[in-house]
Amino acid sequence: MTSAAPFLTVSGLVVRYGAVTAVRGIDLRMEEGEIVGIVGPNGAGKTSLISAVAGLVAPAAGTISFNGRSLENIALEDVVAHGIALVPEGRRIFASLTVAENLLLGATARRDREAVPADIERVSDMFPILRERRRQPAGQLSGGEQQQLAIARALLSRPQLLMLDEPSLGLAPMIVDQIYAHLRAICGQGVTILLVEQNAERVFAVSSRIYVMSGGEFSLSGSAEEIKRDSRFDAAYFGVHMREAAGGL
Amino acid sequence: MERVVQTLVDAVSVGSLYALTALGIGLIFGVMRLINFAHGELMTIAAYTLLALVGLPLPVMLLGAMLVAVVLALITERAAFRPLRNADPTTLLISSFAVSFFLQKLLILLVGSRLKGLDFLPGLGREIQLVGVRLQLLQIVTIVVGAVLLVVMTWFLKATRLGLHMRAAAEDFRMARVLGVRANGVIAMAFALSGVLAAAVSCLVVAQTGVVQPRMGLQLVIIAFVGTVIGGLGSLTGAALGGFLVGAGSILLQALLPPELRPFREAFVFIAVALVLLFRPQGLIPARGLRERI
Repeated sequence: MTSAAPFLTVSGLVVRYGAVTAVRGIDLRMEEGEIVGIVGPNGAGKTSLISAVAGLVAPAAGTISFNGRSLENIALEDVVAHGIALVPEGRRIFASLTVAENLLLGATARRDREAVPADIERVSDMFPILRERRRQPAGQLSGGEQQQLAIARALLSRPQLLMLDEPSLGLAPMIVDQIYAHLRAICGQGVTILLVEQNAERVFAVSSRIYVMSGGEFSLSGSAEEIKRDSRFDAAYFGVHMREAAGGL
Repeated sequence: MERVVQTLVDAVSVGSLYALTALGIGLIFGVMRLINFAHGELMTIAAYTLLALVGLPLPVMLLGAMLVAVVLALITERAAFRPLRNADPTTLLISSFAVSFFLQKLLILLVGSRLKGLDFLPGLGREIQLVGVRLQLLQIVTIVVGAVLLVVMTWFLKATRLGLHMRAAAEDFRMARVLGVRANGVIAMAFALSGVLAAAVSCLVVAQTGVVQPRMGLQLVIIAFVGTVIGGLGSLTGAALGGFLVGAGSILLQALLPPELRPFREAFVFIAVALVLLFRPQGLIPARGLRERI
């Protein structure tokens, strides 16, 4: 028995935007070292859920604690120092800044500044294109390269928990293969990953546990095998594949 | 030939003043989406500080003006704009008018609305010979000060950590905060820098005009604001360029227009502005990442 505090605990989380309730009482637990996937159709509340964990939106109710410490009343810019990094939907790289500057910004919250150059080398080994383009404005990168930059930038904070919102959105299947291979490798280095995707197949392939979200709630949870066998899954997911066929938008 | 060079030097020097003013406005707009009309009052107060410090050594006067402008900028940020940080741009704009009027009226209350003469840096009024052309020393000094400040500002933004944070915040403030960029620090720095720029412009304007009055800042700011709009709101290079073009353009028009049209030179400047906005509504150098903040 270890007495270690639970890694991430979300309980009774409610997120509201004005009159709209996006998340209706979610409970989520994560253990260190696992990859957890949250899948669900557009508008299910997935982004709201991880936005709350990242400090981007204040929960209307419920608690979030990380390594035993509550994230309540923590300023947005302090969340990263607790070990939580976000790769947001749409990547949100700084298009007018160079690749190198984007990477450097990823290390903003770190105290051990002297170790940052070595870490930049490390992520550049993982994503060689970033080394090649380090002096270029990030806006000139292709979508896949931008996604790599967004992940590398998040890694530079040396997170314990890496959250990714729709990392495959708008990318060619071959590029998505690479991104997912990297996610496995990153997890192998001891980073816990929370993955949000509409693209359920991809998530099933890498996640140890899956939550299916619809209408602001988890409708199903379990291993990929359990979820695939569950007849309710298709119902929760109806229509998503048509959207994917239309380009994932 | 001498006239042509004199006019060009005049245009560049006035252009530099507006470029610095526009840059001060652009810095704040970049990080806060606030069009700070109270920037003019920073200049006015800096000018009155010079007036109050008359008789003291020049470095004391310059540092005093700068210090007062910076402190006032930080106070307006803390008192008026921080509580409204996530308000929409219209609210911010209106509150900047409120701050501007408040400071203006406060000054009138304290020192009166009459303009006061201030013989600041009279030595700069003399003319010098430069490659065979007679030029006013003050104009050369204005151009040099403008160039130095632009270079220092560029260096600060490109080569320092805080400069990087400011550029990131200008493009996507929320994402910058997610990465750990401190909102309060970045915004306070932008206000402090705008105070430095306002004080510098103020000293040069006072040296040129020799008078100080409570409304002196607002007029400069309105023209400079037009510059930031045609340069591209949110782009610092654009703001500096736009300010420069508006300032230089109005001097060139003054020289080139037939005498009977000269009283209308501002109208011509604004026609040019309207045309720019018609064909390039995003400005000459559009800003990236003017995304809605979620």
